[in-house]
Amino acid sequence: MSGVSGPAVQEQEDTPRSLASARSVQDQVFRGGSRGVAILVTVIFGAIGFFLALQSVPTLEHYGWAFFTENDWLPERDTVGLSAVLLGTLLVSLIAMFTAFPLALSCALYITEYATPGLRKSLVAMVDLMAAVPSIIYGLWGVFLFGPQLIPVAHWLHQNLGFIPFFEVRTDPDAPVWAQSQYTQSAFTAGLVVAMMVIPIASAVMQDVFAQAPVGEREAALALGATRWGMIRTVVLPFGRGGIVGGTMLGLGRALGETVAVLMTISFAFDLKIRVLENGTITVSSLIANRFGEATSAQLAALLAAGFVLFVITVVVNTIAAIIVSRGRSGASTEI
Amino acid sequence: MTTTPTEESYPYGQEPPPQYAPGWAKPEPDTLTQDTVPQYHGLIPAPRHPGHEGPRATPPALPLATLDARAISAWFGARKVLDRVSLTMQPGRVTALIGPSGCGKSTFLRILNRMHELVPSAQLAGEVLLDGVDIYDTGRRLTDARRQIGMVFQKPNPFPTMSIYDNVVAGLKLTGVKVRRSDKDDLVEECLIKGGLWREVKDRLRSPGGALSGGQQQRLCIARSLAIRPRVLLMDEPCSALDPTSTRVIEETIAELAAEVTIVIVTHNMQQAHRVSQQCAFFLAEHGTPGAIVESGETEQMFGAPVDQRTSDYVNGRFG
Repeated sequence: MSGVSGPAVQEQEDTPRSLASARSVQDQVFRGGSRGVAILVTVIFGAIGFFLALQSVPTLEHYGWAFFTENDWLPERDTVGLSAVLLGTLLVSLIAMFTAFPLALSCALYITEYATPGLRKSLVAMVDLMAAVPSIIYGLWGVFLFGPQLIPVAHWLHQNLGFIPFFEVRTDPDAPVWAQSQYTQSAFTAGLVVAMMVIPIASAVMQDVFAQAPVGEREAALALGATRWGMIRTVVLPFGRGGIVGGTMLGLGRALGETVAVLMTISFAFDLKIRVLENGTITVSSLIANRFGEATSAQLAALLAAGFVLFVITVVVNTIAAIIVSRGRSGASTEI
Repeated sequence: MTTTPTEESYPYGQEPPPQYAPGWAKPEPDTLTQDTVPQYHGLIPAPRHPGHEGPRATPPALPLATLDARAISAWFGARKVLDRVSLTMQPGRVTALIGPSGCGKSTFLRILNRMHELVPSAQLAGEVLLDGVDIYDTGRRLTDARRQIGMVFQKPNPFPTMSIYDNVVAGLKLTGVKVRRSDKDDLVEECLIKGGLWREVKDRLRSPGGALSGGQQQRLCIARSLAIRPRVLLMDEPCSALDPTSTRVIEETIAELAAEVTIVIVTHNMQQAHRVSQQCAFFLAEHGTPGAIVESGETEQMFGAPVDQRTSDYVNGRFG
């Protein structure tokens, strides 16, 4: 065929051609290996879910919807339900998030926007260290140091904000000798302890995102005469929205699943109540940890069903977070 | 602000004489003394509540401002990048700063509206007088200086998720100026017209600024800078990331703006400097020495009959 073949080519149908090309051995090996690992991770995750689902089928069949509406957990009397447990989990997590969110956000903003480079380094290291402390240490701290300090705080909240159902306690706050023990080992205590464990995780994610806020836009805001806070509001926070949500949700995932520290801090009570300052609460993971050792096979099945519910909740929370995060501008670079 | 090192050659308390590069029209002495320069800052109220003053969105345009840099030196850490540079940027004219890369002209520009100090290790000496008042005066607010001396950057940097409309008025919000809705609409239209963007975007003011093309984004940035009525507009290679058509539009915009705001533009493009500016300053940093002005003066003279051989070589494209 000659060099000039325009008309001949035009007569043919133009279908997209194959873009495949020869790959080197190293490339093929690496490709195969990483694909294998990726598949393995998915399979393991699916297997955990499948295992839990399978194990919880008998329990769910046996109790039906009562498994979600019953509040007490008395396997020996064949009365088993998750409503109080789920409510307790929710309350502890919410208290943790309400406390941790502003602290983590301001911590991340201070580190990325205000701290001098030297101070920034040590603060980042401190926050990372905080994440590395084992949860049992937080539990001990919560029981022996933090918990007692919270009694007057809880009492004060009850006295002044007791009209809000959340801050109600079934005792007389103004009695000359008020019942200190009523204010201990509550969802409030556990929530604050969990908050301390959530802050470093949430803050680290937020820091990463804030630090990536484009220099050009920062300078644009400052060059318009913005104060530093004005610049943060206009550039850093909108840019970091994905990371703020992502970090918070990641923290929520941890709060929902936190076991040892909660187990140590609370006293068990299967009451369906929102009085967070009042002694006694229960969460899914602490229930499982507490009852696992002494469980009969029927009890074990019920605990596995509880575990399955927790698994589903965390997967849902993280999926929602991932969707929100991926919509933000900073989403691509946020790990969740 | 970082500490300002004292120039060793000028003992404390002794004012260094302003340096004027050869060829630069030395201003009459009395235009530099503060006594004879009108102090607009004290006389004209800040545009806090424009609604109370009349129907206008923002106060009437102030008289054109002179920007006077005196003995500016700059450091990044221990490295000195500018050595006692003095330059007067005259009102209502376009001053072009030219020179090869790394000669300190961008640093000089960033010193003119206090953006230099954003770099942690950056230091500087000297003073920048806006109508006779030092913008680095410790009694003055940093944000005030930046509000009066606007800046357009090399890379277009609109707030990408904000609408075009919101981008234009972003400066008002950031500086706490409250403006009535109808006045705001007028202001947006006026600034976009001045920025040469109105016709292209008037039907989609609500679409995000990030969706515009590069050239349109840059003109949006110019409009955004104009909305807070700066006295001086600094432009740091505003066309270097743009195609020739966008460049031409922006150059036309600059020519029109020169009548109402003092413009200082850094450019690598010799032809552009020649086209847009009336004054020109040639920066050079030779053999690892800090940058300094080799020659400055009327653009026509700089390009037609430069005094210094290095200027001649540079403007004729023999190096840089």
